[in-house]
Amino acid sequence: MNSFSPGFQGRGRRMTDRLPPGQYPTEQFPVLSAGPTPNVPTETWAFTVTTETGETHSWTWDRMMALPQQETLHDIHCVTRWSKFDTRWRGVPLDAFFEDVETTADYVVVHSYGGYTTNLPLEDLLDGKAWIAHTYDGYPLSPEHGGPARLLVPHLYFWKSAKWVRGLQLTDEDEPGFWEGVGYHNYGDPWREQRNWGD
Amino acid sequence: MADDNTHLDGNCLAGPLSEILSVEATTAWWRCPECAMAGPLAQLQVYGPEPGLTARCPGCAYIALRLVKEGRHIWLTMGSSTGAFRFTV
Amino acid sequence: MAIAWHRARLAARLPQTATARSLVFTVPGWPGHLPGQHVDVRLTADDGYQAVRSYSLAAPADGDRIELGVQTVPGGEVSPYLADDLPSGADVEVRGPLGNWFVWRPEQTEPVLLVAGGSGVVPLAAMIRAHRRVPSSNAFHLLYSVRTPDDVWYGDELAAPDGHLDVRIVYTRQAPSGSPRGAGRIAAADLAEPVTRLGATSPAYVCGPTGFVESVASLLVDMGRDPATIRTERFG
Repeated sequence: MNSFSPGFQGRGRRMTDRLPPGQYPTEQFPVLSAGPTPNVPTETWAFTVTTETGETHSWTWDRMMALPQQETLHDIHCVTRWSKFDTRWRGVPLDAFFEDVETTADYVVVHSYGGYTTNLPLEDLLDGKAWIAHTYDGYPLSPEHGGPARLLVPHLYFWKSAKWVRGLQLTDEDEPGFWEGVGYHNYGDPWREQRNWGD
Repeated sequence: MADDNTHLDGNCLAGPLSEILSVEATTAWWRCPECAMAGPLAQLQVYGPEPGLTARCPGCAYIALRLVKEGRHIWLTMGSSTGAFRFTV
Repeated sequence: MAIAWHRARLAARLPQTATARSLVFTVPGWPGHLPGQHVDVRLTADDGYQAVRSYSLAAPADGDRIELGVQTVPGGEVSPYLADDLPSGADVEVRGPLGNWFVWRPEQTEPVLLVAGGSGVVPLAAMIRAHRRVPSSNAFHLLYSVRTPDDVWYGDELAAPDGHLDVRIVYTRQAPSGSPRGAGRIAAADLAEPVTRLGATSPAYVCGPTGFVESVASLLVDMGRDPATIRTERFG
């Protein structure tokens, strides 16, 4: 029996079908950061896919916005235990950027303005599972939430949804990103509670 | 880089670093290899504590160290783009 | 050698403002501390979940008693529990003392500038209280920024006559009626007079929210203070 801090509950944690294990629901949209918020004007923004052979495919903001857009609604789950239901985004599915990309790579390292990185299997970005999102809840995505554009991979813990995204590096070998290299789980499935390296 | 003022400073690293270092750390002197600014660890800009602590140069945001507590492990990197040490505590 | 977690029993809870409390704990085996140091407080839920937060020590070393200052953060996970819910006589865990940078040592003899924003006054109160115990020392100059007159911590203590402590309170939202200085953030004009009382190497301790600390520190540098003499602690 714990003899410390009687009555302390932490944040109210209740289970619902929509809540992965260990999460609590919030109406807020907490901002977690590992560095200063980069200021990225859309005039100079670019998004680049680099294949394992070094071939690059780049999009300016206007070319990205000219691609087919989707409106999409998701529950998002942060490894720091908050979940937010029914978040509404607008953006471009990653599939659209891969139409002319020749690759046999299995892995991706996502790079952000400001130096952040995260890694995931390429298949987790394709088939309508991930977006480059530029609009949140009807408004241009604010800088503290990753604007002008962030990656959106809602089926994984939200650290995989890199803010201020600027490119993807396709790799044959899996390479740990910013948090994955310091103890966070390499894959990060919230439903299997893959928070940490050892989970 | 716009400053969003969400950071803390290196004073808050005293407790977490005490778990792996035997000497009080916040008075340790550090010189940034990127911009040459120098000063005590206490005056680094620190982002976190969740998902982890990221301590950066107050002059240029170069990463001085990162610290993550994970179960019985503490993960530490010193400098940017360097491998992590995993301590068992 | 990790610094040990100590069992800390809540001995007294005193209101400082409508949303701020002083908490006094008894901590068997407490090793003592320096003014300005802090502790980490750890709370444990029955399912094993733990939360850790840092709190500044508000008073100089006093045997096994320590005093913390807790400002309730609305919706916060830890501060509302400590401020209002932790039963008297119940235990939490504390780790400390922590931090050797943001400290004042009684053997320091030069005049000192203290600049507090809101609950940033807590570690500075420990310095002021320690300074009172030192005979014939140079003066402390406290510039204390609060939103309204209701937000002042340690009001009676700061108002008590003390030839070695000069206190100026500035109000950012609402000043007392008749106050010559209107409401507004700390500006160079507020720092000018206390700064004239300092020597070239006199330290300034600045504690408060991040934006406040950055602003005051840059004002001091602009006024010609050597950055090496400015010690800061940010609450975020």
